[in-house]
Amino acid sequence: MTLDFTAILARWQMLLDGLALTVQLAAVTTLTGFLIGTLCAIARRSDVSALRWVASVYIEAIRNTPFLVQIFVVYFGLSSLGFSFSAVTVAIIALTINVGAYTAEIMRAGFDAIHPGQWEAGECLGLSRTQTYWHVALRPAMERVYPSLTSQFILLMLASSVTSQISAEELTAAANFIQSETYRPFETYIVVALIYLALSLAMRVVFWAFGLAVFPRRRRLGTNL
Amino acid sequence: MNTAINSGHLVFLLNGAMWTLVLSLLAFAGGGLGGFVVALGRTSPIKVLRILSSAYVQLIQGTPLLVILFLTFFGLPTLGFSITPLFAAALSLTIYVSAYLGEIWRGCIESVPKAQWEAAECLALSRVQRMFKVILPQAVRIATPPTVGFSVQIIKNTSLASVVGFVELARAGQLINNSIFEPFAIYMIVALLYFCLCFPVSALSKRLERTGAARLRTLKAASA
Repeated sequence: MTLDFTAILARWQMLLDGLALTVQLAAVTTLTGFLIGTLCAIARRSDVSALRWVASVYIEAIRNTPFLVQIFVVYFGLSSLGFSFSAVTVAIIALTINVGAYTAEIMRAGFDAIHPGQWEAGECLGLSRTQTYWHVALRPAMERVYPSLTSQFILLMLASSVTSQISAEELTAAANFIQSETYRPFETYIVVALIYLALSLAMRVVFWAFGLAVFPRRRRLGTNL
Repeated sequence: MNTAINSGHLVFLLNGAMWTLVLSLLAFAGGGLGGFVVALGRTSPIKVLRILSSAYVQLIQGTPLLVILFLTFFGLPTLGFSITPLFAAALSLTIYVSAYLGEIWRGCIESVPKAQWEAAECLALSRVQRMFKVILPQAVRIATPPTVGFSVQIIKNTSLASVVGFVELARAGQLINNSIFEPFAIYMIVALLYFCLCFPVSALSKRLERTGAARLRTLKAASA
């Protein structure tokens, strides 16, 4: 048989809608996941043992179970508690919970790599623990682990394909629909794979540009720390 | 109709967990072989091989595993191949794992101290001898902790095989849920079983990382 892409490309509107949702999912959960992850990293390094314990249980539980199962637990867990959210909301919650745990481990490594002198200096200046994290540690910690963060958030964007399983109408769900209409699965998934590839390259560029803007030291030296 | 979770369901889930392990092992074996080739290609002195293997890694790492799985499971039959869900899952996991392991192992090969490469050259070893007798034995020790760590990803990613109807742990949970509709309880049990499979491997990789980091430091210090 020969490859025929016309039927798929004729449904470009559907692909575009799916792509838009994938981009939104990735953008929103990158921010929420980074927030949750950084807070958990701080909790993980806290002096309060209860906080440390809660954060470790969360991180280990998420890092050792598949995202597919997590999304089902969240989806059915929320509905059995009486909440009824749309598939997209559930997808955002599940992706945030998932990537938060991975980001927590990355940011913890970043905070651990800050020189003890920096923490002491913060203390000597009379900064509170929160102020030290915010004004002293956060940016250099991010700077050190920035490549890992970039990869993690690209993996997050790719993982958003799994949310098609709870019928969030993102790119993979659009592909499933198109292939069932056109009976051209091979061509459909090739097109979609290429879109994902382009998206992950685009994310790399965006993260690189963001890094240049936010970490001037990296720009000046042209090297990692 | 029995609507409670009974021991028969647990046996069914454990059977699914066994298939999860089988699929993980297949993916690790296939992906390991492929990854070795990719790692050799990435570190090869021949430019074409470097470009090809790097393009392969970029392509696979930029595509969701789910799409690779759909491409093999729905795509290959339309090209005239007849394949089972197990074969589709094993093939797509092999492709996926080979790109990631290849990239991990490339890093390990490159982190063997430069003096070792030069020393091998000074001893007039051929490229093949240098790779297999000097570099790889050291790279394997560096590679062990991250490889064990990545195995956790493999086990977790086999859950996607449920989507094409291969009855492993996640699919077993879905099937039970279809008959008794207790989704929250069932998926919590499934998650717990996955945790039991993954946590020992994560813990091992963390321990290896600690001892491995110390070993790499002494190795670097010795050849500095």
